[in-house]
Amino acid sequence: MTEFMDQNNQADIAIEGLSKSFGTQKVLDGFSLSVAHGETVAVLGRSGTGKSVLLRLLIGLQKPDAGHIRIQGQEINGLEVKPLNEIRKKIGFLFQQGALYDSLTVEENVEFPLSRHTTLSAQERKSRALELLESVGMKDDMDKMPSQISGGMQKRVGLARALALGPAIVFLDEPTAGLDPITAAEIGALISQLQEKHKMTSLVVTHDLHGAKHFANRVVMLDHGKVLFEGRFDDLQKSTDSFVMQYLKDAA
Amino acid sequence: MALNLQKTFCPMLVYLSLALILAAAFTAGSSSLPNPWRALGSATETSVIGFFAWFGELGTFCWRLARVAFVPPWEGGELIRQMDAIGSKSLPLVALAGAATGVVLSLQTRETLTRFGAKSMLPAVIIFSIVKESGPVITGLIVSGRVGAGIGAELGSMKVTEQIDAMEASAVDPYKYLVATRVLACIAMLPLLTLAADFCGILMGWLSNTLVEPISLRLFFNTGTKGIAFSDFLPPTFKTAVYGLIIGVVSCFQGMRTEGGTEGVGRSTTSAVVLSSLFLILADVVLVRLIQVFYP
Repeated sequence: MTEFMDQNNQADIAIEGLSKSFGTQKVLDGFSLSVAHGETVAVLGRSGTGKSVLLRLLIGLQKPDAGHIRIQGQEINGLEVKPLNEIRKKIGFLFQQGALYDSLTVEENVEFPLSRHTTLSAQERKSRALELLESVGMKDDMDKMPSQISGGMQKRVGLARALALGPAIVFLDEPTAGLDPITAAEIGALISQLQEKHKMTSLVVTHDLHGAKHFANRVVMLDHGKVLFEGRFDDLQKSTDSFVMQYLKDAA
Repeated sequence: MALNLQKTFCPMLVYLSLALILAAAFTAGSSSLPNPWRALGSATETSVIGFFAWFGELGTFCWRLARVAFVPPWEGGELIRQMDAIGSKSLPLVALAGAATGVVLSLQTRETLTRFGAKSMLPAVIIFSIVKESGPVITGLIVSGRVGAGIGAELGSMKVTEQIDAMEASAVDPYKYLVATRVLACIAMLPLLTLAADFCGILMGWLSNTLVEPISLRLFFNTGTKGIAFSDFLPPTFKTAVYGLIIGVVSCFQGMRTEGGTEGVGRSTTSAVVLSSLFLILADVVLVRLIQVFYP
């Protein structure tokens, strides 16, 4: 499949025949994808084609109608809350709007997973939060409330929170959407940098072709719940599929 | 007899059918629906199903809550934060409402009792009515307004901004961290707030009484509590723990099932207050009767 698969036969994320409908609308229709350890895959597609739903299914926030999801070899479909939570601890999730907890400060937001799932002392948690916030360039705003910082800043803090437990896998839901080009580029660069440093397996839902080109090893184009294209970004640009061509043309 | 029945029912049937025909004509003329009766039927069906579905969902919610509420890890910090938010911060409002009740009771009953020549019963009437009913119910309603709205809006906006999903995704059970702590805080704080309301009510009842006709607080209290036993005082105070349970569960439930953006948050907030107040009053009827049965 890719050089990642050759290096490591064990896929960190293996999705087979995933289907999900809302009423009569089929959002995912037999979707399959395999992401190798340390690989970054970008999922592209039009709005409303089930990209965010895919991530929600992968973390067990919604249940699929059919199909299998294996995270590091373990099937998560139909899993009880307790074992599911054990898997969730290995996964960092960045929500589209950041989803920071309103009632907690920036620092407390980043410390939240640490205080739940680790035995670190308050001092250790603080220094870990500081380190994470520094890596996303938000160290100076650690005492602010989420409502006092901008949308881009909230996403950065969300990213820091997603990385708090040192996850093996990260799911990023449109990390650069709605940001100015400079901030978007910064976040894109930050994602590449963090991946290089921590060797995380990532699945990134995005509309940002420029970013995807830089940080993704592989791209998947979704249309009507099915995979329209799967491969390297360079090959995507060579695709003769009319939808892919239109998408690339309009995005340029 | 048969003739009587016929006389009574026949005109009624005629009027009823007339009304039905008229209604059909009206709705057919004004409505664009192909079959108004079917539409009316399906609307009734939807609301009946909705009614039962609500209780079903509430049952599932309570079951999920019960499963996580009594197992470690304990969310002590959050529980204390909620006790402060729900209890301490409601105290001024509850105290004021209790005080006002005391004054009103004193003003109203003085006049009534004087008319019946039973003015000496005034302290007992004030203390009895505050301790047995006014204090608990006023506290419950004030808290359901303040706290119900707060919880409904907070959890509702957390739901629509994906904060609850974020919590679940980070392997923290929102039912444990957000719901159980709020429900437990409500259960624990309601009886304490009731004590505060009772205290303020009795004190202000005495004050407004003594302004008209001076009486020492000690005498007022002693005459007022002469016939009172702990069984008059404890059950009504502790029944407010049930009010707390209702307020906590109903408002959290309404908050957690919020859908549809900010409009949905508005709906959850309103329904949290309305439903918790309504169930509180209904539960009061049952509780008062139960207390009478068990503490005659």
